[in-house]
Amino acid sequence: MYFQNNKKIFLISKDFFRLFLIIFLISLLPLYINAKESSNTEMPKHDWSFKGVTGVFDNASVQRGFKVYREVCAVCHSMNLLYYRDLIDVGFTEEEIKVISSEYKVIDGPNEEGSMYERPAIPSDRFVDPYLNKEEARISNNGSYPPDLSVITKARKYGVDYLHNLLMGYSEPPENFELGDGMYYNLWIEGNQIAMPQPLYDESVEYDDKTPNDLEQLSRDLVTFLAWAAEPELEERKNLGIKVILFFILFGFLVFLAKIRLWREIN
Amino acid sequence: MNEPINKKKYKNSFLNWIEFRLPIISYFEKEYVDYPMPKNCNYFWSFGALATIILVVMIVSGIFLAFNYTPHVDMAFGSVERIMRDVNYGWLLRYIHSNGASFFFIVIYIHIVRGMYYGSYKYPRELNWLLGVFIYLLMIATAFMGYVLPWGQMSYWAATVITNLFSAIPLIGEGLKMWLLGDYTVGNATLNRFFALHYVFPFVILGVVGLHVAAVHVHGSNNPTGVDIKSKKDTVNFFPYMIIKDTLAFCVFGVVISSVIFFGPNLMAEVDNYIPADPLVTPAHIVPNWYLAPFYAILRAIPDKLGGVVLMLGAIAILFFLPWVDRSKIRSCNYRPLFKWFTILFFVNFFALGYVGMKPAEGLYLLIARIGLLYYFGYFIIIAPFIHRFEKTKELPASISDVFSK
Repeated sequence: MYFQNNKKIFLISKDFFRLFLIIFLISLLPLYINAKESSNTEMPKHDWSFKGVTGVFDNASVQRGFKVYREVCAVCHSMNLLYYRDLIDVGFTEEEIKVISSEYKVIDGPNEEGSMYERPAIPSDRFVDPYLNKEEARISNNGSYPPDLSVITKARKYGVDYLHNLLMGYSEPPENFELGDGMYYNLWIEGNQIAMPQPLYDESVEYDDKTPNDLEQLSRDLVTFLAWAAEPELEERKNLGIKVILFFILFGFLVFLAKIRLWREIN
Repeated sequence: MNEPINKKKYKNSFLNWIEFRLPIISYFEKEYVDYPMPKNCNYFWSFGALATIILVVMIVSGIFLAFNYTPHVDMAFGSVERIMRDVNYGWLLRYIHSNGASFFFIVIYIHIVRGMYYGSYKYPRELNWLLGVFIYLLMIATAFMGYVLPWGQMSYWAATVITNLFSAIPLIGEGLKMWLLGDYTVGNATLNRFFALHYVFPFVILGVVGLHVAAVHVHGSNNPTGVDIKSKKDTVNFFPYMIIKDTLAFCVFGVVISSVIFFGPNLMAEVDNYIPADPLVTPAHIVPNWYLAPFYAILRAIPDKLGGVVLMLGAIAILFFLPWVDRSKIRSCNYRPLFKWFTILFFVNFFALGYVGMKPAEGLYLLIARIGLLYYFGYFIIIAPFIHRFEKTKELPASISDVFSK
C-alpha cells in the first residue's frame, strides 16, 4: 500500500513536469519576440503610472497633457480617431467638454439651401484637424506630413519611452554631422534627423494648477495623454484580465483535483 | 420497421426520438464518450483539442468583428479603431482575434511537433497527416489575408510583397498576379476579396478538421510508445479520463493566452501596423507575422526570385511526403536514439529560421538562413529515408500497459 502511494505521487509529479515543460516552451515565444524589440539600442525607460499589471492613468496628468496638446501639438498634428466626448473618461465634466469643443469650427452641411456652413464643434464631433487635407499639411510644413497622433504610442517602437525621449532629445548636431535642409537634430529618431522643430521648452505651457511646467513634466504629461488616447480601454482591460486569469487558475485547480481523483483508480 | 429494439435506448424520450431518426446521439457517444484513448497519452495529446477550441473562438470573435468592419481602403483602418474604441468590448474581440491567431499557430506547431516526434503520421494514419498539413496550409492563407484587413502599413506592404511572388512564375506570372489582386497593385479590389475569402476559409478549415478528427478515430490515437493498442487494458474512455486532462490543459492555456490578451496585447504585433497604409511610403523592414517567418527566411535565402518561391512552396509541399520518406517501421522517437536528435534539431532549426526571417537578410542572418534551409530539406530527403539503416533502435514494449505500470 505504501509503495503504491509513492508510485502515485511519482506519476503525478511526472505529469506536472511535462505540464511545466509545455508552459515553459509556450512562454518562451512572447519573451523571444519581446527580446527582439529591446535588444537593439539603448532606449532609456521611464516610470509610468499606467505600466504594470495594476497600473492606471493619472487623470490630472492626462488633463494637463491634453492642454499641452491643444496649445502646442494641435497646431500641426491631428488626432482624428478621438471625439471630444471621449474626454469624459479622464475627468472632464460635460460642461467643460462643451466649452472645449465650442472653441473649434467644423464645416457641416449641406443645409436646406444646399450650401455648406461653419458651426462650432460639439462633443460628438471628432477632434478638428488643423489642416483641410494632407496637401495643405505638407505645404505648410516644408513638405513633411505631421502624423496623426491618435495611436502614436502604439505605432512607434518603444512607444511611450521613445516619445518621451524624443521630445527631450533635441540638441545641436555634433560636428561633421550633415543636417538636411529644414531638419533638426534629435538623438532618438532613426537617422538622427527630424523635420519637426523642438516643440516643447521649459514653461512653454502655463498649467492651471501648481504643477511645475519644466520640459520634463510637460513632455511626461503629454505622453501620458497620448498613451490614454491610444489605449483608452487600458484600465478596463487590465481589470477584466485579472478576473479572467483568476477564474482560469481557480477553475484549473478544481479540474486538477478532479483529474487526480479520477486517475487514481487507473494508476 | 425492423429495429424497434433501439427505440428505447435512452431514458430521455426526446433523445430516443432523435436517435431513432438520426443516430447522432449514439455517434457522439461512440466517438466522444466511449472512445478508447491509450492511457499513456501525455499532455501533448491535448493540443488537438486546444486547436479545435481556438478555431471556434476565432470564428465566433471573427463574426462579431465582421459586423463592425468595413473593407474599404479609406475606411478599413478607421473601422478597426472604431471597434477598439466605440464597440462594446470591441477591444476584447479584436485582441482575442489578433492574439488568437498567434496562439493558434503556437498550438498547431506543438501539435505538429508531437505528431512528428511520436511518428503519428505513419501507417495507418497517413491520410490524417495529409489532412493536417492541408489544414496548416489553409491556416497560413487565412492568417495572411487576415493580416491585410486592418490596412496598416505592414498589411499593405506584406500583401504587396507576397502577391508579387506570383509574378515570378514564368509566362503566366504577371497575369496570375493581376487576376489575384483584381488590379495592377494591391488596392480596394484586393482588400474586398481578401475579406470575403478570410470569412469563408475558416469554415473550410472547420470542415477539414471534421475529417481530420473522424479519420483519427478510425484507427484510434497514437501514443508516446507508438505501440498499437493490444487490449482494453491499454486504454481509458475519452470521457471522463481524457476530457478532464484536456480541460486542465485548456485552463493552463487560458492563463497563458489571457496574460497576453489583457496585459501585452500588442506584444506579437508589428508597430507599423498602427500607421494607416500608405502606398507612397515603404517601411524600413517589411516583416511577416512571426508564424510565417521560417518560410520567409527560406524565400530570401535564395538570390533568385523564382528559386526562392519554388523552395518556399516546396518547404510546405514536402511535409505531405513525410509518411513515405520515413522508412522506419518504428513510430515513436523514444525508441529511435539517433533519429530522435535529428528530429529535435529539425524543430530547433525551424525556430532559428523563424528568427532570421524576422531579421534583415544580410550577413550572418543570411548565412544561418541558408544553413537552416539545407537542413530543413536534408531532413526530408536524406535523414528520414536512410537513417533506419544505421540506427540501432531500442526494444519496443510488448504493450502500452507494460510501460504504464512500470
